[in-house]
Amino acid sequence: MQLNREDLLKAYRDMVTIRRFEERVQEEFSKGGIPGFVHLYAGEEAAAVGVCSHLGPKDYIASTHRGHGHSIAKGCDPVLMMQELFAKKGGLCGGKGGSMHIADLDRGMLGANGIVGGGPPLVVGAALTAKTLGRGTVAVSFTGDGGSNQGTTFEAMNMAVVLKLPAVFVFENNQYGEGTGVGYAVGSHDIAGRAGGFGLPAVKVSGDDFFAVHEAAGEAIERARAGGGPSAVEVDTCRFYGHHSGDAQLYRGKDEVRRLREERDCLKHFRRRVGEAALLEMTALDAIDAEITALIDHAVETARAAGPPAEADLLTDVYASY
Amino acid sequence: MSQKSIRQALNEALAQEMRRDPTVVVIGEDVAGGAATEGQRDAYGGVLGVTKGLFAEFGEARVIDTPITESAIMGAAAGAAVTGLRPVAELMFSDFFGVCFDQIFNQAAKFRYMFGGKAKTPLVIRTMIGAGRSAAAQHSQSPYHIFTSVPGLKCVVPSNAYDAKGLLIQAIRDDDPVIFCEHKLMYDLRAEVPDEPYTIPFGEANIVRDGDDVTVVALSRMVHYADEAADTLAKEGIECELIDPRTTSPLDEDTILESIERTGRLVVVDEATPRCSIATDIAALVADKAFAALKAPVRRVTAPHTPVPFAPVLEKLYIPSPERIAATVREVRGYAA
Repeated sequence: MQLNREDLLKAYRDMVTIRRFEERVQEEFSKGGIPGFVHLYAGEEAAAVGVCSHLGPKDYIASTHRGHGHSIAKGCDPVLMMQELFAKKGGLCGGKGGSMHIADLDRGMLGANGIVGGGPPLVVGAALTAKTLGRGTVAVSFTGDGGSNQGTTFEAMNMAVVLKLPAVFVFENNQYGEGTGVGYAVGSHDIAGRAGGFGLPAVKVSGDDFFAVHEAAGEAIERARAGGGPSAVEVDTCRFYGHHSGDAQLYRGKDEVRRLREERDCLKHFRRRVGEAALLEMTALDAIDAEITALIDHAVETARAAGPPAEADLLTDVYASY
Repeated sequence: MSQKSIRQALNEALAQEMRRDPTVVVIGEDVAGGAATEGQRDAYGGVLGVTKGLFAEFGEARVIDTPITESAIMGAAAGAAVTGLRPVAELMFSDFFGVCFDQIFNQAAKFRYMFGGKAKTPLVIRTMIGAGRSAAAQHSQSPYHIFTSVPGLKCVVPSNAYDAKGLLIQAIRDDDPVIFCEHKLMYDLRAEVPDEPYTIPFGEANIVRDGDDVTVVALSRMVHYADEAADTLAKEGIECELIDPRTTSPLDEDTILESIERTGRLVVVDEATPRCSIATDIAALVADKAFAALKAPVRRVTAPHTPVPFAPVLEKLYIPSPERIAATVREVRGYAA
């Protein structure tokens, strides 16, 4: 799929939105405004945006505990997301879900997920709906390297192959499952290769490079849409923060994060690529930076000012009828 | 209207709902069977034949055979339900919930609440319960109390063919995830069942027989054992009011409490194990809300706190019997403070 100027600007805008969102969440979490846990996606933006730029609102994704990036890339409103993180009534889930359960079914976002490996079977279901009702849509699961080891993920890939479903399994290998290295926890050291063993086309791409992710995901999604069945894409990526916000990250090497930010920042790579190829002017990108900073400021101000759920909300939404 | 077995009643409910609504699909292991074999398709129609014949009418797009991977079945059904289908998933034996419970209780049950009320999850999980076939510890349990304890899940425990059809149609049309528990020894049990589709609302108990002496609440197969016990007791002059809640979530508390107000005496019969069960739940309900009406201690007739044994001689002891029920009712009837 050829990227035109508008596509490139949107991709950059989405990646910057995720980056700024996560940086502010880190800041606000440290100040104490956000209850619970947050798992930040900064560093992995090219994965979410490279994949979701091929998807429309009727396509579905399922996400992970590290779900803010996928949500933004799939079109969720960052202002409503921020309110959800702040546990406010106006949040995307009425303050009843929080960071780990952000969902927006109107935008095909089936939810972040507090269970590692929780999403892939759900994506099989969303793809089954698409196939059964002939919608021509696809469903994509985002899973980490940790979730790639879960039995649910294996079952989901096998069933997607058996039923020839329009599903894509994206594995974001950010090198750590919590505080354990992928070299220890993934027995084969090869997530894409293992996925391929289930009988689906599987490729590995660099998550530093938006264009590489975009191309690989495009092929997989196009294949699914055309009735060619499921695929897997492993994205080799990195996270700039810990497993969760507040993680002391004692498992990381000295200087590791500084080096990653210098060498593997997908936003820097994107700016360099489009600059060198004269696809976009730096002024246009700078303007987006400023616009997004203002948007996230607004999101935080709105979230701080918003009210919490009412006490009566405790007992609502548990059954559609009873 | 004609005599139909529970198996036929369930099959008819599925077929009629699938004809009415193209989003209803059946998914599970061997719900048809025979895929990629030299033999015939629809070789099984479900291990006990409940889905037999659906494949011929609705085809493989709507009668979906799966690998033996319960997490993927339950997760696919949950994901399909939240995106526009009305799946009826089969969890062959309820004991197998152990390998797929995350998809049921962390995912399907919680979507609506976690997502601020914006999700609908019209999912039915049909599953087999019950001891009595020497199927031993991993194929004989009745864990409906575990499903009942999960907010977001509804739980149905039919005891006869009429209820089975009406409750299954209700379950399919319901917008919440429903666990539908079928007792493996009752599939051939027959009753008058209307040919046309009909629904039975959840949370409405059936008063199987009226009586003023002792209230007996029983579930699933135990309804029939309790009824047998009540026949014996009637000859002795003890009249039982037998209540079949039909759904454990929601639970028709009012019918139970109104009966206790009249009889002052309660025996609960439950094939499940005794701790943290439907029997303890109903005992607690009555202690809490009808304490003043009680004339005798509440007694429970349940399985022991053990796995289900294999040996027929032990399994017979494990399952509450009409004799144990009758003896317990006599004790409660004769209690004097």
